Amino acid sequence: MEGSGVGGSESGSMSTVSWEDNMVVSSEDSSCPDESDLELGLGLSLGGKTGGFKMHQLSKGGQFSRILTAKDFPSVISAASPSSSSSSSSSSLSRANVTAGTKRTADSVAAANGSSQVVGWPPIRAYRMNSMVNQEKNMATEGFNSTMVNHKSETSMVEKTTAGIGKYQNNGNIKLRKSLFVKVNMDGIPIGRKVDLNAHESYEKLAKTLEDMFLKTTSSVNPAGSMTLELGVMKKITRPSKLLDGSSDFVLTYEDKEGDWMLVGDVPWEMFLSSVKRLRIMRTSEATGLAPQLQERNQRQRSKHN
Amino acid sequence: MQKKVACSFPDEVLEHVFSFIQSDKDRNAVSMVCKSWYEIERWCRRKIFIGNCYAVSPRMVIRRFPKVRSIELKGKPHFADFNLVPDGWGGYVLPWIAEMAGAYPWLEEIRLKRMVVTDECLELIAKSFKNFKVLVLFSCEGFSTDGLAAIAASCMNLRELDLRDSDVDDLGGHWLSHFPETYTSLVSLNSSCLGSDEVSLSALERLVGRCTNLRTLRLNRAVPLDKIANILGRAPQLVDFGTGTYGADLQSDVFSSLAGAFSSCKELRSLSGFWDVVPAYLPAIYPVCSRLTSLNLSYVTIQSPDLVKLLRHCPSLQRLLVLDYIEDSGLEALSSSCKDLQELRVFPSDPFGEEPNVSLTEQGLVSVCLACPKLQSVLYFCRRMSNVALVTIAQNCPNLTRFRLCIIEPRTADFLTLEPLDVGFGAIVEHCKDLRRLSLSGLLTDRVFEYIGRYAKKLEMLSVAFAGESDLGLHHVLSGCESLRKLEIRDCPFGDKALLANAAKLETMRSLWMSSCAVSFGACKLLGQKMPRLNVEVIDESGPPDSRPDSCPVDKLYIYRSVAGPRFDMPPFVWTMDEDSALQVS
Repeated sequence: MEGSGVGGSESGSMSTVSWEDNMVVSSEDSSCPDESDLELGLGLSLGGKTGGFKMHQLSKGGQFSRILTAKDFPSVISAASPSSSSSSSSSSLSRANVTAGTKRTADSVAAANGSSQVVGWPPIRAYRMNSMVNQEKNMATEGFNSTMVNHKSETSMVEKTTAGIGKYQNNGNIKLRKSLFVKVNMDGIPIGRKVDLNAHESYEKLAKTLEDMFLKTTSSVNPAGSMTLELGVMKKITRPSKLLDGSSDFVLTYEDKEGDWMLVGDVPWEMFLSSVKRLRIMRTSEATGLAPQLQERNQRQRSKHN
Repeated sequence: MQKKVACSFPDEVLEHVFSFIQSDKDRNAVSMVCKSWYEIERWCRRKIFIGNCYAVSPRMVIRRFPKVRSIELKGKPHFADFNLVPDGWGGYVLPWIAEMAGAYPWLEEIRLKRMVVTDECLELIAKSFKNFKVLVLFSCEGFSTDGLAAIAASCMNLRELDLRDSDVDDLGGHWLSHFPETYTSLVSLNSSCLGSDEVSLSALERLVGRCTNLRTLRLNRAVPLDKIANILGRAPQLVDFGTGTYGADLQSDVFSSLAGAFSSCKELRSLSGFWDVVPAYLPAIYPVCSRLTSLNLSYVTIQSPDLVKLLRHCPSLQRLLVLDYIEDSGLEALSSSCKDLQELRVFPSDPFGEEPNVSLTEQGLVSVCLACPKLQSVLYFCRRMSNVALVTIAQNCPNLTRFRLCIIEPRTADFLTLEPLDVGFGAIVEHCKDLRRLSLSGLLTDRVFEYIGRYAKKLEMLSVAFAGESDLGLHHVLSGCESLRKLEIRDCPFGDKALLANAAKLETMRSLWMSSCAVSFGACKLLGQKMPRLNVEVIDESGPPDSRPDSCPVDKLYIYRSVAGPRFDMPPFVWTMDEDSALQVS
C-alpha cells in the first residue's frame, strides 16, 4: 500500500501527513486502499473521491497579534536561531514536513524540526514520564552512582542531526523522542495549554505555535466551539485582535528554575530548554522590568510586520 | 384473572430486595423488568457510574435517580494520558458539581477520572455536601492545594482523599494544616502526586497520629526518608503505604529506626513510592516483605541483582510493578519466588534510547507466564517479540484478562522469522477466552484483526497503533467483537469504509478514538448526520476542517454515544458533526 506516511512507514501510516504532503506524494485517496475486499453496505458510502486536490492555504482568519519575544528587541542579545539548518534534509518530503510542522501545534506529529517525531509513543503516561525525568535530574545533581548510563537528561538537546533521521525508509524507522511539555497561560484566558518545547527548534517556531494556539480570531471558528460555559466558569475569550489593530500587545515570558520571570529569547535555545519551567503570555503593559523600552520597539514592530 | 406477581409485593419489600443488588448491570436489568420496578429501582439507586461524562447530562441523571449518594465520572479519552488530546479539550466537572450541589445534598462520594477540576469545584464540594466522605481524583487536573485546603477544612466526615496521578498545582504543604485538630476520620490519603518541595511535616504527623482508622497513606516525594519512621510509628495499623523519597546518606541509626518502624506494621500489605532509592535502605522493608501482596517498584532505578534480592523476600506477592532493570534473569527469579503473581507491569527505563540499555526481552515475560498460573494482567514494554513466545504465553496463561504489550519500536516484526506478529496475538485471543483488554504493537497486518474479530468475544477495550493494512482490519474488529466498548486507534491506515459500514456498531460502544488515520472529513460529516445518537467530534488544531476538501483526512476523531446531544463546552479546535454539518458548504 502506498504510504504517504512522512514518518517513514511503509504501511501508509497517516501519522505525519499534512495537506502539502498529500499533494507531493500521491493523488490517491489515502482511505481507499483495497476496494475489492470490502463491500460497502447500506448506502452510507461516500461518493467518488477526487484524486488530488488543490492546495489549501490554511486559513487563520485574518489578522492577529504576534507575540513578542526577545528577538523583536534587536539591541538585546537575542537567541541565535539554533540548528534550523539541521532540520532541512534532502528529501522534499521532509521539507514539506517542516512546513507542515510549523502550521501545527506541538501536540501534533512531525514537528518542525524535520525528524519524524511521534507524539505519545511509547505510550507512557505523562505522570510517569515527569516522575522519571525528575528522578534523573536528582540523580545527576546529587551525583549518585548512576548505573543507568543511557538515561538522557531532560536538559540534553535531544534533537539530533539528520544523519540518520532524514531517511523516510520503508523499514518504519521512526525516531522516538522525549517530550518536554510545559504549561502556557495567557493573560485573560482562564484555561491554559501545554506545549512540547522539544518539538520546536527555535524561538520563532515556538512563537508561531503559541500564536496559533492563543491568538486565532474567532471568525473562522464554529460558534458552538467557542468557550462559553453556561455557568460562566469561563469568560468568553476576547480575542486580542478585536481590541487592537494587529499590533503586538503581548509578550512571551517564562518562569525559570529559580522562580524568576524572564523574557523569552534572551538566552540560547538550549539553555532556555534547560531552565524553563512554564510560559506565560503577558500583557505588554504588565511586562515592566523585562523589556525596558517596549514602546519604542512596538513602534518598530508595527512598521516591520504590517 | 390472576394478579401479576410483581404487584403483590409492597414497594418497601422490593426496595429492600434491590438493596442487595449492587452491580450496575444488574440494576439496569432490574429497572427494565416492568414500569413499577423501574420506578422503585430509580428511587433507591445510590451509586452511579458514568463512563463518559458527555454521554448524559447532569440534569438527566438527577431526574431519573433522585437519591444518589455516590457518583463516578470519566472525562477525557484514554489517549489523553499520552498527550494525544490537546489541552482544553473538555471534561469539566463543574457543571456536574453545580447541579448536584442542589439535587444531592447528601452526596457522599465523588470519583473522577481524567477530568478538569478547579479550586472552585472543590470549594463547592466542601460547601454543599454535609456528609461528604470520599474524593478520588484520578489523573485529573486544574486544581491547586488551595482547593484541597477547602476540602480539608470543611469535610468533617471525609474518609478518603485520593489524588492519584493528578496534575496538581502544589503551592506548598500548608493545606494539610487545614484539617481541624478535631478531625479524625481519615482512612485513606494519597497525595503522592504533589510536586512541591515543601510539605508541612508536623501537620502531617499530627494528622496521621490522630486518625486511628488510617489504612492507606501514600506520601509525596517531599517527605524525606528520615521522617518515615516517625510517621509509621504513629500509624502501625497501615495496610497500604507509599514512601516519599527513599534515599539519603546512609546512617545506621536512621536505618535501624526505619527497619523498626516497618516491622511494627503488622498489617502492611502494599508498598509503593520509593523515589530516588538508595539501595542500602531497601533491606529496611524486609520485615514486612513476606506479607506483601502488592509492590510498586516502578520508580526504583536499581539493578537486577538487588531487585531479585528484594523479591526473594516476597513470596506472597500478587501484584508487581517494576522497571525493566529487572531484566530477563530477574523475571525468571521472580517466577520461582512469587507463585501467586496475578499482575505484572514492566516499564521501560529508557524508552527513547535507540539501543536497549538492559537485557529484557520476550523471554522474561515467557518465564513468568510459564511459572505463574494465576497471572491475569500484563503490561509489558520490551524491544523484541516473537510469535512463538506469544503462542507460549497464550497457551500457558489462558486466564489472562488484560494483555498489553508495547514493543517500543513501532512495526517491529517477529525477530526470529521477520514475519508479522499476527499469529502470536491471534493465539492470545484464541486461548484467553476471558480477555477483556488488549493492546497491540509490533508489525501487524489485517490478519490479526481477523483473529481478534473471530475470537475475542469478551474483549471490551482494544488499543491499536501502527498496525493493519486496510479498512478490512477495522471492519473485522467492529463486526466481530461483540463486547467491544472502547476502541482507540492511532496511526493506522483505516479510513471511511469500515467506519461507515459499521456505523450502527458505534452506538453499542462507549467510544471510538481514531487519530492519524485516514478517515475523511466528509465521512465524519456523513456519520454525524446519519447517527443522531452519536457525537462525532473532529479535533484539528491546524484550522477548521471545512476549509479543506471533504476528502481530506481529519487529524483526530472521537466518536461517542450520547443521549445528551452535542456538547457546548468545546474549545475552538473541536468541531461536532451534527445533523446540520452535512449541509454546510465545504
